[in-house]
Amino acid sequence: MSSMQFGIFTVGDVTQDPTDGTTPTENARIKALVEIAKKTEEVGLDVFASGQQHNPPFVTTSPTTLMAYMAAQTERIVFSTAIAQITTNDPVKLAEDYAVLQHLSDGRVDLMLGRGNSAPVYSWFGQDPTRAVELTVENYQLLRRLWDEDVVDWEGRFRTPLRGFTATPRPLDGVPPMVWHASIRTPEVAELAAYYGDGYFANNIFWPKEHYIRLINFYRQRYAHYGHGEPEQAIVGLGGQVFMRKNSQDAIREFRPYFDNAPVYGHGPSLEDFTAQTPLTVGSPQEFIEKTLTFADYFGDYQRQLFLVDHAGLPQKEVLHQIDMIGEVLPTLRKEFEARRPAGVPDAPTHASRVAARDAAQAESTDEEVRA
Amino acid sequence: MTRVVIVSAGLGNPSTTRLLADQLAAGVRRAEATASIEVVELRPLAHDVVDATLSGFASPRLQHVVDQLGAADAVGFVTPVFQASYSGLFKSFVDVLEPDALVGKPVLLGATGGTARHSLAVEYAMRPLMAYLQAVPVPTGVFASPHDWSAEGEGALTSRVDRAVGELMSLLRGAGTGRSRDDDIDLFSDTMLSISDPQRRG
Repeated sequence: MSSMQFGIFTVGDVTQDPTDGTTPTENARIKALVEIAKKTEEVGLDVFASGQQHNPPFVTTSPTTLMAYMAAQTERIVFSTAIAQITTNDPVKLAEDYAVLQHLSDGRVDLMLGRGNSAPVYSWFGQDPTRAVELTVENYQLLRRLWDEDVVDWEGRFRTPLRGFTATPRPLDGVPPMVWHASIRTPEVAELAAYYGDGYFANNIFWPKEHYIRLINFYRQRYAHYGHGEPEQAIVGLGGQVFMRKNSQDAIREFRPYFDNAPVYGHGPSLEDFTAQTPLTVGSPQEFIEKTLTFADYFGDYQRQLFLVDHAGLPQKEVLHQIDMIGEVLPTLRKEFEARRPAGVPDAPTHASRVAARDAAQAESTDEEVRA
Repeated sequence: MTRVVIVSAGLGNPSTTRLLADQLAAGVRRAEATASIEVVELRPLAHDVVDATLSGFASPRLQHVVDQLGAADAVGFVTPVFQASYSGLFKSFVDVLEPDALVGKPVLLGATGGTARHSLAVEYAMRPLMAYLQAVPVPTGVFASPHDWSAEGEGALTSRVDRAVGELMSLLRGAGTGRSRDDDIDLFSDTMLSISDPQRRG
């Protein structure tokens, strides 16, 4: 079991390769994602995570369909959303879909929740974007109850009331999927994660680190406030992005056309400025290791590190090569993070560890009853 | 004791512009219970204002209002938004003032409109006028649309009023606006409190 998890996350965009003008078909891209998940397992990584988007150019509208298919072709890696929309999905359907996926994958599924990044999507699913934060809170509170309580009576503002409702199947071993909450600017989301003792994830891609430090620190403080442990024991995940070559100059030269035309930051800052100011690494394996290790300096020792590698129209062959290269430096990354990790920082939670923790807590309360 | 005069350029009766002026007055009262606060409506002075623009001098009752402004520690201006800007009556009243009447005077700015789409009129119309007069408007302008008068919107309006008044009071104390780009997260908003107490959901 690893104390820290490393993996790959994708938003599943279909983007033209700026070097040769070709664009994969949706079919090719979906199949490519499956191949990426299998490669993630093959090179020894721990997690594969996929986004949920409902507009072009993305193909990730149905994360549970995608991940169930992937889970059937892998044995070890944990699947996660990055993110699933807690605002536009009915919490009842989330409870059901991810419970089925949890059973099919033998506990290899986490649910990372977020608001989504597009205002129009709310109205497509009958919701009001101006109520996004209230929706997030109410929907998650209902999801939590559907998984934690066998029979639920519930009434809220945004959904039909439930009377004597049981969400099936019940979570595997009575322990629901691990939940992470992702946000880069909403304190209420950090508060939600802290209150329930869930994980908190910052995508750590587009902006300088300072933007993420504030909410991660807030989450750690509030996690302690609600009695889940010390601030440094809160469960934190981070994103990051990388393009590697053995030689740093080659990496910069070959990645530049993709960077310059990338959908999010292309035609903006220079590659040099962006790598200096944000978590992006374009360089040698050694530079990648050094930069990634600095994340723990800024955010505290943490539990999960995901990398974005399949974006900006990079060809599938290159994406798989990048994952191979991450696999090659993985033992060093694990060793270095382990070496700097203080004793009190918890391991990355897994289904097995969470079942064990639940059993231990139950045994303790039985002991107390016996003594009393 | 702080003397505050708030000028309302509303035309209707009842007038949402007057309502907003009263909200600002209540905000000042919350901030300083003993403050002297006067709300002046321009509607009854409309003819006096037009007469003054023609004759070049103010009638006694209009002059009284001008004098009140001069003696006040701080002034509030609230206008309806007509055709994308402050009302003609409001501007005509300002035209009657001596160019230096408001130099250095801390000012609260408020406006009302039929839809939230007019909200930036405070910033692009009222604020430049204050710049010309060399008055000192506080950074927070308070705009109210019909939504703000519903049960749903009222809390947000009150918090904007309190923020603008807080800036005004801080300016009067010589402490700047009293605000900075701090990292304070509001732990006591309704949504924040509903996380640990679902029953609270409003």
